[in-house]
Amino acid sequence: MSASTVNIPPQFEIVDRPLDTQMTISMGPQHPSTHGVLRLELVLDGEMVVKAVPDIGYLHTGMEKLFEYKKYQQGIVITDRMDYLNPLGNNLAYVMAVEKLLGLEIPERAQTIRVLTCELQRIASHLVWLGTHALDIGAMTVFFYCFREREKILNLIEAASGGRLTPSYFRIGGLMMDLPPGFERRVKQFLEGFPPSVDEFHKLLTGNRIFQKRTQGIGRISAADAIDWGLSGPCLRGSGVALDIRRANPYSSYETYDFEVPSEPDGDTWARYMVRMREMRESHKIVTQALDRLKPGPVKADAPKVVLPDREAMKTHMDALIHHFLIVAEGFDVPAGEVYHPIEASKGELGVYVKSNGGPKPARVHFRGPSFVNLSALPQMSEGAMVADVVAIIGSLDIVLGEIDR
Amino acid sequence: MNIGAVNEGVLPEQIATTPNQKPTPSQLLTALQREQPEWISEVVEAFGEVTALVPRAHIVEVCAYLKAEAGFDFLADLCGVDRGPEEEPRFEVNYHLFSTTKHYRLRLKVVVAEDDCRVPTATGVWRTANWHERETYDLFGVVFEGHPDLRRILLPDDWQGHALRKDFPLRGYEPYSLK
Repeated sequence: MSASTVNIPPQFEIVDRPLDTQMTISMGPQHPSTHGVLRLELVLDGEMVVKAVPDIGYLHTGMEKLFEYKKYQQGIVITDRMDYLNPLGNNLAYVMAVEKLLGLEIPERAQTIRVLTCELQRIASHLVWLGTHALDIGAMTVFFYCFREREKILNLIEAASGGRLTPSYFRIGGLMMDLPPGFERRVKQFLEGFPPSVDEFHKLLTGNRIFQKRTQGIGRISAADAIDWGLSGPCLRGSGVALDIRRANPYSSYETYDFEVPSEPDGDTWARYMVRMREMRESHKIVTQALDRLKPGPVKADAPKVVLPDREAMKTHMDALIHHFLIVAEGFDVPAGEVYHPIEASKGELGVYVKSNGGPKPARVHFRGPSFVNLSALPQMSEGAMVADVVAIIGSLDIVLGEIDR
Repeated sequence: MNIGAVNEGVLPEQIATTPNQKPTPSQLLTALQREQPEWISEVVEAFGEVTALVPRAHIVEVCAYLKAEAGFDFLADLCGVDRGPEEEPRFEVNYHLFSTTKHYRLRLKVVVAEDDCRVPTATGVWRTANWHERETYDLFGVVFEGHPDLRRILLPDDWQGHALRKDFPLRGYEPYSLK
């Protein structure tokens, strides 16, 4: 049988080309270092990337559409599934946007617990980034050290909320419930052990010459370009712009905490690495301060028509039972209007736009995911780099496809 | 390598002028409205946020002016809204602006009718508008004129309809692959 009789589909046809011409390859969506289901169309000249076109949407599940069919409080569990490495941050952005529409005052203890758990979650998110970023570049060991520490944080979040990856701990008007007994002791235990672990990560990676060669000068983006592309979070601070929404537009009493905003001037993969490594120490500082100011008090706002009553009150008070029934069965009315609430999530500016026409369901909910915007700058960073560098650059952007595709 | 040392970058607070010198976004917009009355048709302040309603023809001029003159150098978000098929005009496009130096936020709003849903693109002002506009086109069908690469972004290229429109059903009853 000669080759001409075999019916080869055109995309698999072998084309005889001289080596100096360009070649288009598809990287992903099953590539392990694309952190999920990202597909890149790379036009290569030899090993050099001439053009990179991200192709997203493989994980699109229509979450923003789903919000319009759910009551406000039901939307909280959808947010968990967006950036699944930083679910408490998503919870916070969403509930704070709705609280802004309702004009709710959140008790101090609830705000402190929100800050405490969100900063723990930020450390956990950065640990996954560090482990996978190092793994992509070829350093396997770091991954195990990071996941060992992350496990401790997940156990803490589980103790508080009952969920490890999808906690849905925050509610519109406060928290699901107060912290369990002994939680503070366990957080203290974690806090004592964490700084030596960060030193360990530094020992494993920062002085490693292979890691330095793979990251320094790779995927450079200037401060002006970074702002123009809308980069936020560690990616923006890695370009020398010390912008942090916890400082710029403080929420949940962040203005009362003492912490640095780390930034590095170089704008390369190494700079973004150093920013996140330093941020873990800053989050550690914030958790320590939050733990010190935890005082007994209510964790839910005084708004019986919005916040579910305590179980005990339901068994003894008629009106609490009625409110519980109404909130669960019919939801609560949110005044008409629109708000955009940005928070500093672990990956950058997470903005939630909520539009209400009144009634128990939102008219439109939109998530400005930091990963979505940060990924859009990938062609700018990777064109002119090697194929192997693209892997390092994707790792340094710290993307989560659940948030990009929504 | 100095691990853990505090390396101070350019703190935006240091660049910004003192609070009593800088005009708030609403003052800024009112001044702009006096200067160019046809650029801004209405300024609304609600929930601590400022919204300016901008006619479609002037949106790019307003964006470029705010970026160059008022320091709104960061387009935080751009999203579409469907008010419902019975409303006229039906669609809104919201631009959420942010100033990295003054830390102000501002919303610009353009409304477009269903039979003429075209908006000039803001990609010439901020490159980050590219993907946001593609997403809005994909999910609402708002066409951004002059956009360099207006393709669907989340849904497949051969998808029929625009998924976030109110008259698009939440569920389909046949698998996508069998179409």
